[in-house]
Amino acid sequence: MSTDAVLSPDDLLPETFLRWFAARGWAPRAHQLDLLAKARAGRSTLLIAPTGAGKTLAGFLPTLVELARPANRPRGLHTLYISPLKALAVDVARNLERPAAEMGLPVRIETRTGDTPASRRQRQRRDPPDILLTTPEQIALLLASADAPFLFGTLQRIVLDELHALSGSKRGDLLSLGLARLRTLAPEVQTVGLSATVADPERLRRWLVPQTGAGEMGDVVIAPPGAAPDLSMLDSAAYVPWAGHTARHSLAEIYALIGRHRTTLVFVNTRMQAELLFQELWRINEETYPIALHHGSLDVSQRRRVEAAMSEGRLKAVVCTSSLDLGIDWGDVDLVVNVGAPKGSSRLMQRIGRANHRLDEPSRAVLVPANRFEVLECRAALEAVRASAQDGAIERAGALDVLAQHVLGMACAAPFDADNLYREVVSAEPYAGLSRADFDDVVAFNATGGYALRAYERFARIRQRKDGLWRVASPQVAQQYRMNVGTIVEATMLKVRLASEKSRYGGRILGEVEEYFVETMSPGDTFVFAGEVLEYRAIVEDEVRVVRTAAKDPKVPSYDGGKFPLSTFLAAGVRAMLADPTRWKALPAQVREWLDIQRLRSRLPGREDLLVESFPRAGRHYLVAYPFEGRLAHQTLGMLLTRRLERARLRPLGFVANDYAIAVYGLSDLSLAIAQDRLSLDDLFDADMLGDDLEDWLAEAALMKRTFRQCAVIAGLIERRFPGKEKSGRQVTMSTDLIYDVLRQHEPGHVLLRAARADAATGLLDIRRLSDMLTRIRGRIDHIALGRVSPLAVPVMLEIGREMVAGEAADALLAEAEDDLVREAMGELG
Amino acid sequence: MSWAEAETTEEAPPEGEAIELAGARLLLDAAGALFWPAQDMLIVADLHLEKGSAFAVRGIPLPPYDSRATLALLAGIVARRRPRVVLFLGDSLHDRGAGVRLGDVERGMLADISRGRDMVWVAGNHDPDPVPQLGGMHLPELRLGPLTFRHEPTGGDAQGEVAGHFHPVARLVRRGRGIRRRCFASDGRRLVMPALGAYAGGLNIRDAALAGLFAGPYAAHLIGATRTYRIAHHACLPDR
Repeated sequence: MSTDAVLSPDDLLPETFLRWFAARGWAPRAHQLDLLAKARAGRSTLLIAPTGAGKTLAGFLPTLVELARPANRPRGLHTLYISPLKALAVDVARNLERPAAEMGLPVRIETRTGDTPASRRQRQRRDPPDILLTTPEQIALLLASADAPFLFGTLQRIVLDELHALSGSKRGDLLSLGLARLRTLAPEVQTVGLSATVADPERLRRWLVPQTGAGEMGDVVIAPPGAAPDLSMLDSAAYVPWAGHTARHSLAEIYALIGRHRTTLVFVNTRMQAELLFQELWRINEETYPIALHHGSLDVSQRRRVEAAMSEGRLKAVVCTSSLDLGIDWGDVDLVVNVGAPKGSSRLMQRIGRANHRLDEPSRAVLVPANRFEVLECRAALEAVRASAQDGAIERAGALDVLAQHVLGMACAAPFDADNLYREVVSAEPYAGLSRADFDDVVAFNATGGYALRAYERFARIRQRKDGLWRVASPQVAQQYRMNVGTIVEATMLKVRLASEKSRYGGRILGEVEEYFVETMSPGDTFVFAGEVLEYRAIVEDEVRVVRTAAKDPKVPSYDGGKFPLSTFLAAGVRAMLADPTRWKALPAQVREWLDIQRLRSRLPGREDLLVESFPRAGRHYLVAYPFEGRLAHQTLGMLLTRRLERARLRPLGFVANDYAIAVYGLSDLSLAIAQDRLSLDDLFDADMLGDDLEDWLAEAALMKRTFRQCAVIAGLIERRFPGKEKSGRQVTMSTDLIYDVLRQHEPGHVLLRAARADAATGLLDIRRLSDMLTRIRGRIDHIALGRVSPLAVPVMLEIGREMVAGEAADALLAEAEDDLVREAMGELG
Repeated sequence: MSWAEAETTEEAPPEGEAIELAGARLLLDAAGALFWPAQDMLIVADLHLEKGSAFAVRGIPLPPYDSRATLALLAGIVARRRPRVVLFLGDSLHDRGAGVRLGDVERGMLADISRGRDMVWVAGNHDPDPVPQLGGMHLPELRLGPLTFRHEPTGGDAQGEVAGHFHPVARLVRRGRGIRRRCFASDGRRLVMPALGAYAGGLNIRDAALAGLFAGPYAAHLIGATRTYRIAHHACLPDR
C-alpha cells in the first residue's frame, strides 16, 4: 500500500477507536492518521510536532490498534517506549492506561526504571508486558543479559520520545547502540521518533533506520505548528546594567507580570541565578503569592512537592532551571518568563512551549535581559523564534567510551564475533563513520586496557575463545558492567545539611552540591542555596554542614555557573545586529546610546571580522577581543593567549571572559608593542595555537582532567566511586588525575585519551568552536589602539574579579599564600 | 585583582628548602625527596611500585606505566643529587606480588639508579619482607646520628623521626581556587615524607591520623613546580 494514498480515519482506525474519539468530542489529527498509515506500510518514521499536538498518542496509536486484535499476534513484548526521563516514562504510562482502559483494550502496560522493585523486574523478564516504558540505561541492562533474545524477539515497534534531546549526547550514543542490537534481535521492528522542531531532521531520520553507508533515512511526518507565540522583550524602564546576570533591575516588573497571570514559569540559566532570583522575589512578595523554586540540586522530595503543587494549580510561579525544560505537563501555565540571555533559540522555543498546552492559542513569553549584551542577544533570539530558526546541531561522532561500555555489555549478553558486532555498531547513526581500527582498539581496551605495553594479558576481562568469539572472563566482570552502566557521570555530590547547634548529627538535608564547588570554599564562607544564605562550616563524611546566616551578600559568587554557552547561531545574529545600525531601532534607548558611543570612540565589531581593542587603564594594559563564541571557547582562548604573551615576554597578568568578549591584561604596553611590530595580532591569534600550546595546557587543565575522568568511568576503566570501598578510617585517596598524568605521559594516543579529546572539542573546552573562529578571522583582525576603555569593553572589564577563572598559576597562588604568612609573622614581631 | 597577578617570588636556592630536624640539616627536594648532605643520603618514601598492575589483577586495568613513571622521577633526582646512599622509607612495592610483576624495563631502571651507590630498603606495611628482585639491604628501621628512619611514625614524642606511610597532602583555597599538593609535614621534631609513587594518592594533613602526630604547631611544605612552599598547618584546609 502506498503511504501517499489519502486514507480516512475509517480505514485506519477500528470502530472502538472511532467511538472513543467521538465520545470525547475529538477527531483524530492528521499527523496521528499519517503515523497509522506509515505503520501499516511498515515504515519507520520521525514525527515532528509542537508541544500539545498529541504527539505521544500519535506514537502509540498504531500499537494500540494492533493490540486491539489480540488473535493475530504472538505473545510477548510488542512495543518499547524509551524516554530520557524516568518521570516522563511513568507519566506517559499513566496517560496511556486511560484510553486503553476506556476502550477496554486487552493491553498490559508497565514501566521499568531504576525505581521498579526487583521482583517486578524479574517477572518482566519471564512474562513481559505488551508495552514497556523505560529509559536508555534500562535498555542497556536488558540487552546485556542472556534473556535479551527471548525478551525482544517479539518486538514490533520502538517509540523514542524527545529524540531531539537524546541524540547528540552520550546517552543518545548508548541508546543508538542499543537500538542497533534491538534491530538484530527483531529485524522487522519499526521505530517511531518523536521530536520537537529541530534544525536538521535528516540526522534524526537516519537515527531511526540501520545505516549501511548510503545515509538511509526513515520517513518524516511534520505536524502543523501551533499558533505563533506571543513573544516580547521586557523593555525595562529601569537602568539596564552593564554586566551581571541577576536582572535585579527588572524585579518589580517580573513580579508585576506574575501578579497578572494565573501561573508563571520563570526560567533562568543556572541554579545560582534561580536561587538569587527566588530570594529577591520573596523579598518583595507583599501579596505572599505562592512562589516556589525548582532546580536539579534540590532534594528530590522537595522537587516532587513543587511538581505536585504545580500540577494541582496551587502555585502562582515557579523559578526554575532547565530541570523543567523537558516533557512533563505541568498544568495551567499561561506565562513563561525567561530571565537572562536565552543562549540558544531551540532551548528558548522549548521553554516557551511550556506555556499553554493548547495548540490553537499562542504561548505567552517575555524575555528579560539582565545586561546590555543580553539585550542584543534577546533581540536576536526574538527574531530567530519569529522566523522559527533553530540552532544548528553540533557535528559529533559517537563517543568511544560509550562504545567501550556497550561492547562489554554485549560480551555479557553472549560471546560475540567481532566482525558481526562491528557491522551492527556501524549501523547506528552516530557510529556510521567508525573505523574498524577504532573498534578493535575498543575491544582491546575491554580485554586488557588496550595499552601498547602488553602487560595485562593474564588479567584480561574479556577473552577470545578458540572459536574466535569474545566472552567475559568471569561473572564478576558482568557484575562490574551492571554496576557501571549508563553515561551520566555525576560530579561527586555532597549533601548539604543544616548543622544543628544541639545535635552533632545535624538537621535537615537541603540538597546536594558538586564536590568541586565545595573545594573552593573555606569555613565561614557564605553562599546561597535552597533559597537561603548559608554559611559553610565543615565537611563531615559526604555532607556539607552549613548554618543559616543573616549575611546579605553571599561571599562565594556562583556554582554551576553559566551552563550553556551562546549558540553559534545566536552569536551570528548578535554580530549581524551590531554591524547594522539601521536595525538598532528595535533596541531600548540606553542600549542604542551605548552602541552609538562605541561607534564614536572605537569601532563596531564587523560581521565577519574580529575587533580587537588595546588600551591602558590604571597602570595596566588591556587587550579586548570580541569573538562572540561563548564563555567556554573564550576561556580556552584566554588560556592560550596568556601563554603566548608570556612567551613573547609581554608579561600578561590574567584574563577574563564572558560569552561575547575576552580581555587579557598585563604590565606591558600592548598598543606600543603592536605599533612597533613586536607583537603581531595575526600571529597571536593564529590557529597554530591549537597545536603545541593547547597540548601543553591540556596536560594541566583541570577541565581536561574532569573530562578524562568521565570517559574513564563510562568506559569502565574505573568504578564510579573510585577507588571505592577499599579503605576505612584513614582515607588515602587516589584520584583519576594521577592516572591521566601517567597515561598522557606514556601513551598519549590511548583510546581513552582520544575519547577525552573528542569530548573536549565540543564540551567544557569548546575547542572545535574556537578553531572554527580562528579559521574564520584569519587575516581579518581589525585592531584599534585606544586612549581609554571603550563602551563595549566595559561589561567584560566588570567581570574582572567577579569571575574566578581556573588557571594553572597555582604556584603563584602558593607563593602568595606563603608571603601572606610571612607578613603575618613579621607583623606579630612588630 | 585576579588570580594570576601574584608576583612570582625570587627563585628558591637550587639545593632546596633547608630545614632542621633534631639538629640535622636536611634539604627538601621539590620532586618529593629528602636530601641529607652530611651523610650524602637521599631519602624517598612510598613508591608503591606496581600499584597499577595490582589493580589489573582485580579486573581494573589501570595504565601499566606507574612504576616506570615513579622510577623515572627517582632517576632524575638521583642524577641531580648523586647521593652515596638511597634510602627507601617503606611501601616501595605495592603488594607481595609486585616484585614478581616488575617488568624488565623497570628492573633495568632500578639497576641504573643503584649503580655505584648503596640501596637501603626499610620495611613498610605493604612490603614487610625483603624482596629478592630489589637487591640492596633490607632493614626494619634505620638509626643514624640524631635521626631515626622508619616507615610508620610512632606515637608520642619522637625526636628526629623521619617517616612515610601517610602520603601527606595539603589543601589551600586562594582566590576561589582550590589547590591540593603533596607535601612534607614537620614540627621540627618529626618529619613525614610525601609519597613518591605516581599512583600513591594522598591523605590530608589535617586528617586526625596525621595531625595527631604533632603535639604543637607544624608546617606543610607543599611541592610546587620548582620549589617547596612552607605553609603553617592552620592555614591548610581539611578535606572532609
